[in-house]
Amino acid sequence: MSATDSLVSVPMRSRPIFGWALHDGFVVARRNLIQTVRVPELLFFSLVQPVIFVLLFAFVFGGAIPIPGADPTAEPDTSVYRQYLMPGIFGQTVAFAAAASTVGLAEDMHRGLIDRFRSLPMASGAVLFGRTFADAARQILVLTVLSITGFLVGWRINDGVISAIGAFALLLLFAYTVAWIGAWIGLYMPNPETANTAGLVWLFPLTFLSNAFVPITAMPDWLQPIAQWNPISSLVLAARDLFGNPTGIIGDAWPQQNPILYTLISCAVLIAIFAPLAIRRYRRTTAR
Amino acid sequence: MANVIEARDLVKTYGEVTALDGLDLDVPEGTVVGLLGPNGAGKTTTVRILTTLLKPDSGTATVAGFDVLRQPDRVRSVIGLTGQYAAVDEYLTGRENLRMFGDLYHLTPEYVRTRTTELLERFDLADAADRSLRTYSGGMRRRLDLAASLIAKPSILFLDEPTTGLDPRSRLGLWEVITDLVAEGTTVLLTTQYLEEADQLAEEIVVIDHGRVIAQGTSDTLKDAVGGNRIEVVVVDPAQVSTAVQALTAVANGEVIADAEERRVSAPVSGGSTALVEAVRGLDAAGVGIADIVLRRPTLDDVFLTLTGHVAEEDAA
Ligand SMILES: Nc1ncnc2c1ncn2[C@@H]1O[C@H](COP(=O)(O)OP(=O)(O)OP(=O)(O)O)[C@@H](O)[C@H]1O
Ligand SMILES: [Mg+2]
Repeated sequence: MSATDSLVSVPMRSRPIFGWALHDGFVVARRNLIQTVRVPELLFFSLVQPVIFVLLFAFVFGGAIPIPGADPTAEPDTSVYRQYLMPGIFGQTVAFAAAASTVGLAEDMHRGLIDRFRSLPMASGAVLFGRTFADAARQILVLTVLSITGFLVGWRINDGVISAIGAFALLLLFAYTVAWIGAWIGLYMPNPETANTAGLVWLFPLTFLSNAFVPITAMPDWLQPIAQWNPISSLVLAARDLFGNPTGIIGDAWPQQNPILYTLISCAVLIAIFAPLAIRRYRRTTAR
Repeated sequence: MANVIEARDLVKTYGEVTALDGLDLDVPEGTVVGLLGPNGAGKTTTVRILTTLLKPDSGTATVAGFDVLRQPDRVRSVIGLTGQYAAVDEYLTGRENLRMFGDLYHLTPEYVRTRTTELLERFDLADAADRSLRTYSGGMRRRLDLAASLIAKPSILFLDEPTTGLDPRSRLGLWEVITDLVAEGTTVLLTTQYLEEADQLAEEIVVIDHGRVIAQGTSDTLKDAVGGNRIEVVVVDPAQVSTAVQALTAVANGEVIADAEERRVSAPVSGGSTALVEAVRGLDAAGVGIADIVLRRPTLDDVFLTLTGHVAEEDAA
């Protein structure tokens, strides 16, 4: 039948060595990154929030939150809190990358783009790989701007470049992980407006029930285990370690004792759960 | 001629709503079939099932000989889809959009480049090619949307209400493009709410309502099915509408329809001009003042009203 011949008449690429899924994912990621450049307002506002956090915490709360473990006899020193604070803000910021994936996918669905992608002979996870990759990659820029802001208020990298790169890599891995959770949520959203809210609500308790801003020892007893096992706490603690910033008192819980390992395990487990869930949902979803 | 699209007994329900209720469809190779139906008839649902986006509750469908449920990837590699709403990226330029879709079809970069330029010219978008879509009008977006579904020269094209929301000029332009594609051998399944559009483009028209096929055929056979010609009269005095109905019933071979508000009476007749002469005599004898009287062949509007009106009665029963 000529119907089946017709694609033969257009020149097709040969299969890349790394496979179609990666190729297609890259095409979609490129598209999502072009969006970032075309809508600088969006990027601007995603930068403003963490920068405001840095300034607020550094100048308003700075002296009021004592860091246990810092020399108690010394004069209260706001720069200690700022050292302590920055990795917390890094952790919170990368966690919020998830919201971008939620909103982005809800918009694609709403515009019918997901339908079109699904009608193409492309790898079925590619739209999600591309989206999560682009949303994590955007965090490189966000982390850069944040680091500069932090540097201006007195934050320092005290433990060498290699471990600092390790800290940033861990933060980006975490951004990529939560982007999958955000993507999964996004595919259930009836419209972009709902996605704007639903994409954020779960992130506030998640980030505040951690050691990002307040030492876990300052929390009520019943909250402490939750905060200790929260992957954001281990991410932030690992980052403090790797940057050579003050860590406060480290709890006995295993994640607190092995923050890097626990963060890596958490990321692996979360991706192993949410990537298949999101891809399965993607295969079934249609606009409206 | 072989059928390139075949659907048998498709059923799809959404909770209480039955979107498709045993739909059958055949589209022979190289033809345009128009799927005609009012809002909620099940047009989009049909297109989504045939383009592998949606699984039916029951029934089977093949596209180019491939089963939509078991070989979705094969189906996707031979079809192009233009959905009901323009599905293109707002932030990319026209050229970037086409390039992205071409890349996702796994075409060679050189081919994507030449094909993109070719399509942008064909759809009158060459000047706007490197502008972000946020500066495009609805018609431009729709044309780009159609261009995107043509990037890999699909042999089977699905167009879901391609001209809804376009101004008359853009609509004519799009019709021309579709006619050209068919001349090149593309098979097209087109959904529309516009009878005129189905009449213009489609050789075969399938009328659906409530998820079922209620009539099928060329536009001529459908018109014949409704009855032959109709006489339409506009009376001068609204009070005389019922008198006119009586007078015309004598000439008519079916139910005479009256619209009191518009002072319009419409009667199906078997003969041509003789029936018209008889009607004028009858109205004159009854003393009805005639503002306007015409003899016309049935349009698809008549077909549609007759058919869906009938179905609505059945539903109520
Ligand atoms: N996702 C959905 N959830 C619930 N009901 C749905 C869904 N999609 C379609 N329907 C219902 O199924 C029926 C058929 O819908 P469909 O979209 O196929 O109609 P259509 O002929 O394309 O109409 P339109 O001309 O408005 O585009 C409608 O009653 C619609 O409300
Ligand atoms: Mg529709």
